[in-house]
Amino acid sequence: MAAIEATGLVKTFRTRKNTVKALDGIDLDVPEGSVLGLLGPNGAGKTTTVRVLTTLMAPDAGSARVLGHDVVKEADTVRSLVGLSGQYAAVDELLTGRENLWMFGRLYRLSSQQAKQRAEELLEVFDLTDAADRILKTYSGGMRRRLDLAGSLIAHPKVLFLDEPTTGLDPRSRLDLWQIIRDRVSEGVTILLTTQYLEEADELADSIAVVDHGSVIARGTADELKAKVGGERIEVVVHEPDDTDRALELLVGALGITDLDATTTDHHSRRITLPAPGGSSALVDVIRTLDGGGIRIADIGLRRPTLDDVFLTLTGHEAVVDETKEKA
Amino acid sequence: MSATVERPGRVNPLSRALSDAGVLAWRSLKRIPRTPDMLIYATIQPIMFVLLFAYVFGNAIPIPGFPGARAYREFLMSGIFAQTMAFAVASASVGLADDMSKGLIDRFRSLPMARSGVIAGRVVGDLVFNAFVMLVMVICGFIVGWRWHNGFGQALAAFAILLLFAFAMLWVGALIGLSVGGPEVASSAGLIWLFPLTFLSNAFVPTPNLPSGLQPVAEWNPISSIVAACRHLFGNPSPFASPDGFPAQHPVWLSLIWCALIIAVFAPLAVRKYRSATSH
Repeated sequence: MAAIEATGLVKTFRTRKNTVKALDGIDLDVPEGSVLGLLGPNGAGKTTTVRVLTTLMAPDAGSARVLGHDVVKEADTVRSLVGLSGQYAAVDELLTGRENLWMFGRLYRLSSQQAKQRAEELLEVFDLTDAADRILKTYSGGMRRRLDLAGSLIAHPKVLFLDEPTTGLDPRSRLDLWQIIRDRVSEGVTILLTTQYLEEADELADSIAVVDHGSVIARGTADELKAKVGGERIEVVVHEPDDTDRALELLVGALGITDLDATTTDHHSRRITLPAPGGSSALVDVIRTLDGGGIRIADIGLRRPTLDDVFLTLTGHEAVVDETKEKA
Repeated sequence: MSATVERPGRVNPLSRALSDAGVLAWRSLKRIPRTPDMLIYATIQPIMFVLLFAYVFGNAIPIPGFPGARAYREFLMSGIFAQTMAFAVASASVGLADDMSKGLIDRFRSLPMARSGVIAGRVVGDLVFNAFVMLVMVICGFIVGWRWHNGFGQALAAFAILLLFAFAMLWVGALIGLSVGGPEVASSAGLIWLFPLTFLSNAFVPTPNLPSGLQPVAEWNPISSIVAACRHLFGNPSPFASPDGFPAQHPVWLSLIWCALIIAVFAPLAVRKYRSATSH
């Protein structure tokens, strides 16, 4: 059974100046126990999708069911089954960690005693026991995000919505949070995760839906999407501007590149990029070839395809932030 | 991991609403001592008004039919009480706008809780807060020479009306807080219209002293009705431009009608707004 299914979701926002179609026919199908990554730039409609699926907003058209319950007609049932954790760490800054979790537990209809017990369990799991009696103002960004996530897990939800769970976090906290999310997955929780980072979707999601201008423009696993983009690329910066063309010539020959369109050169920054089908082994070939040709290398690296690459390939435009849609 | 969650269908909706409001009120009360600056500003402003009017403007404002300098202070305090309670609008509007901007309203709305819970909790918490502010005002009033003259029972009734008025105004504040963009806007949007409303009343100036065109407006003004009811119950001077009119004859009834009217209009509007409110 699909844990989350959405068909033809449409949502339009009207402001005084213009009309923005935040959702323009979104279809989703997330099997139970799997993780779907909703990948897209700001304003693509990710947050609006999450709001519709978590009953915060009714769609103008289309329908959605979570665990078989309609998000509009059976909103109350859906609310008791799902957990939501957003990018803004929606917790009370003036309450302590323990008080926040107790409050959310009570609002999930636990008895006071049950809520206390559940708060203790979650503080333990999320490594917040030492900070439990401090008010949240004193928490770091990563700790707040962990507490927020803990709050969404109080009722043991079978479906979890995570709206950009790691945006704005430092790398260490991001890794911590990824581990927490993986643990939930291993418990069988179905997760819909939105992110702006291909890397994050790659790490956590079983399948990815790329969203742009309110509709899904591509679906697949991370590997499938990367294959579309052309996989990893090598970036070389040569030392002398005059060497750029000769370096490209040597490399095309050495690596057996037939499609010259797949390479780029920029004389100004002395930068050459090439497809690297062999990954890091191609890196060795590039260094050997240039060294043999007497060309000095200023910088070299293997670059993974980014969200920008995916977008450039799929839509022909970059994943730029569209200010007018930011709030959608 | 033994805790289980009851499905909402099994819970009586009323007890659910009360329990949710209780939890949210607990939250509001927990926050009060942790933001002492708010408590300080909320009490300093009315104290300033008491001192300004009692000692600066008071001497220039005669109370028709009640001679003497102390008459104005007796007259003034009910006005200050009502104004302070009216300004409860700001605490609710700022509080809810703050929750909106921090994404907390989204979180609450995603929980299987009663639709009225968040606002009701806020209103109850703010009511306790305002009761405390009123206690400070009463002490302040005693210091400047204000007294009640009809016994403690009647005085208690006056305080009950004031708190009922605050309760009504908190729903207005809730609607404003959920409608505006952020806490900064909510603060001014909650207060800007209150200044003309309080000054166009009998709170600080006896209505017979006003231009005749403004007198009926000032006497039917909801704030005036609260003030007049309090003056009546405290036994303080309460002059009217038209002493035979309904506001002068039935001040307590009029104040209760106004409170009921405000609640009946704004409570459903605020809850309706909450149902579709989304953060940031």
